[in-house]
Amino acid sequence: MSLILIIAIQSITSYLATCGFGIIFNIPFKPLLHGGLIGMVAWLIYFFLFQYSGNDFVATFAASLVIAIMSQIFARVCKNPVILYSVSGIIPLVPGGLTYSVMSRAVDNNYDIAIYFAEKVFVLSGAIAMGLIFAEVIYQIFEKVKHHTPKKVTTRLFVSRK
Amino acid sequence: MSLLKKEREVVKKMNGFLRTYRRKDHNEGFVHEVAAVCVLTGKILLQNGAETYRVEDTMNRIANSFAVHDAQSFVTPTGIIFSIENHDVTKLVRISHRGTNLRKVTQVNTLSRRVAQGEVAINELQRELVRIDNSTVAYSDSMQILAAAVASSCFLLMFLGKWQDLFPAFIAGGAGQAGMIYFHKLAKVKFFSEFMSSIIIGMIALASVKLGFGLEMNKIIIGAVMPLVPGVPITNAVRDIMAGDLVAGLSKSAEAGLTAFAIGIGVTAAIVLG
Repeated sequence: MSLILIIAIQSITSYLATCGFGIIFNIPFKPLLHGGLIGMVAWLIYFFLFQYSGNDFVATFAASLVIAIMSQIFARVCKNPVILYSVSGIIPLVPGGLTYSVMSRAVDNNYDIAIYFAEKVFVLSGAIAMGLIFAEVIYQIFEKVKHHTPKKVTTRLFVSRK
Repeated sequence: MSLLKKEREVVKKMNGFLRTYRRKDHNEGFVHEVAAVCVLTGKILLQNGAETYRVEDTMNRIANSFAVHDAQSFVTPTGIIFSIENHDVTKLVRISHRGTNLRKVTQVNTLSRRVAQGEVAINELQRELVRIDNSTVAYSDSMQILAAAVASSCFLLMFLGKWQDLFPAFIAGGAGQAGMIYFHKLAKVKFFSEFMSSIIIGMIALASVKLGFGLEMNKIIIGAVMPLVPGVPITNAVRDIMAGDLVAGLSKSAEAGLTAFAIGIGVTAAIVLG
């Protein structure tokens, strides 16, 4: 299969899958389309980074960082909550298939494989969460540099200040 | 005349709180009203899948914009405690049903933006919140089933499955979501509906492979259970723990683990029995 065909198939399917999940989560129409775009970009980054390096932790982290930054931008521009964009974007990355594998192996009495998969699920979801948090921190630093005003130190990481 | 007009402008700017504060004996009642509105906001947000920190943040912001500055909130997935310190007002709300309806989260977010700009009076805010809470505007069931079916078959291709398995994954994903909706209406126990719909998915995948439509049963199943598996709850749980919401994060990860358990048992039961 040629590279262009692979890229085309991967982008179309990831766009459709992300939008499909958006419909299940009942996201309004316009953020749905934006979220699909975010999901597509992130999945392409994940896919090619994973094929290139073979390390899914790095690929997941990079993709979720991109998702979070793009979601912050979209959320600020369109004045919507960040979760609207990030939730449907991270859907292709979340270790859902692995989570299923953990339980099906455990039910099948293959405990050692199940624990191996469970560790992997934990590490990958940690990578996604770290990507999301890093983007938040990057946004806060950006705001600080932009305004040059001394601010009260926030005890909570997530409370964004305007 | 112009003074009155100016006053009206001011009242409109400050969410109408001046009007209520004019008489001293109304103060306590106003603080109670603010607490009720804040708790209702938190309840809608939490029931429809907003993040923990956003629920707390929105409640405190609304209280702030009604000039109640010493509000504290504590949010867990099963309940909200909201308290205003100097006025001895504490409210507790129990949350029993949680779903994901991000449309309502968006509406509440827009409303709280307007409140922060001082455009909404408290009784209007109350009315709007009740309206959002009761609204049933959503994508229709058939649309959701179609979306799940399309997403399942797309996942199959994203995980480098075979083209021949596209159709079984489409059917299995749609049937899984349909079962989820049906069994959820039948009984409000989340694990039961997840278990039953994963049995359906497992049976369809097994049948398609046995009848010769499908090639790789594992890929079909993984594609089709993607709408059910708790990938997002697990990620949110880890994120909550990283952000310091320890109780919320731990309880969410327990719930996600049980959901994964239900799905794993369901699919395996279908395969073993079939």
